[in-house]
Amino acid sequence: MNYIVVVIFLILSAITLVSGVMVVTVKNIIHSALWLIASFIGVAALYLLMEAEFLAVVQILVYAGAVSILVLFAIMLTRHVTGEGTRMLYERWWVALVVALVLFGAVITPTIWQQGANWDAAATAAQASITATGEGSPAGTAVASTINIGESFMREYLLPFEIASVLLLMALIGAIAIAFEERTGRRRVLTLAEEYALKQRGIVEPRDAEGAVVPSIEAEQAL
Amino acid sequence: MVGSVPIAWVLTLAAALFCIGLFGALSRRNTVGILMGIELMLNSVNINLVAFWRYLQPTGTVGLVFAIFTITVAAAEVAVGLAMVIAVYRARLTINADEVDTLRG
Repeated sequence: MNYIVVVIFLILSAITLVSGVMVVTVKNIIHSALWLIASFIGVAALYLLMEAEFLAVVQILVYAGAVSILVLFAIMLTRHVTGEGTRMLYERWWVALVVALVLFGAVITPTIWQQGANWDAAATAAQASITATGEGSPAGTAVASTINIGESFMREYLLPFEIASVLLLMALIGAIAIAFEERTGRRRVLTLAEEYALKQRGIVEPRDAEGAVVPSIEAEQAL
Repeated sequence: MVGSVPIAWVLTLAAALFCIGLFGALSRRNTVGILMGIELMLNSVNINLVAFWRYLQPTGTVGLVFAIFTITVAAAEVAVGLAMVIAVYRARLTINADEVDTLRG
């Protein structure tokens, strides 16, 4: 039983890490985005393994669904400058590699050598407090579920919850304001009344290949 | 999970994923690639939060709520970031981070 969980954990870790490595090293940026989806799904499965079901569903919906599609759209809108032939990494990418490896060593050494035993003891105590209570146990002694998350959002985390919604609204407006294209030279389709008014004044408007009216600058000013 | 996998393994996985994302964010030329590296880093932080919640304080909701707020902020960040990528592409016809150097001085 325990070995099964360990094997599942190792498989999920391998999926997540290999996908992450492929995200940062693969040449084609679209393949990179697809590997990113695989990494997100691996992380979601890890959440399920750690009994955080709601977070796993949110991970699938927000990351594997929305964020990756947004990334793919951004890639395809800017596609033809990021072809396969162009260099994907900086010339001095090994500096970044050294920085990442040194950070990994600096972060993981105290974790394993100093704190690991303390945390394991604390985790065993926390787990014992859960498993000691059986069915019909009083609230607050079981692993927190989605119900508890909803309650805490409506009680002690109400203000951060509202602030997060304001943040999302600001991001929405900001993204539209930044990405919106101001088309000063947008082709305007004239209504029949406007075409008639132009003809009355003797202004001949040019037409494009499809026969649609292309308002000239003087026609725009006359209107 | 708690009885069989030590928490140090989960933290090692999260640190490895963070460093992979950091390498991607530092070494990619493509701005979208940089954003993907940042997403990997944010995901590893979420793994850490959930692991500490499950192992050390499983009856509370602090870790889960914190992770949900992290996901919210990450979604806002990636939306604004990709909008900036598109705006930069319109103005400069490139999204390589080393070619957009007007502020370098």
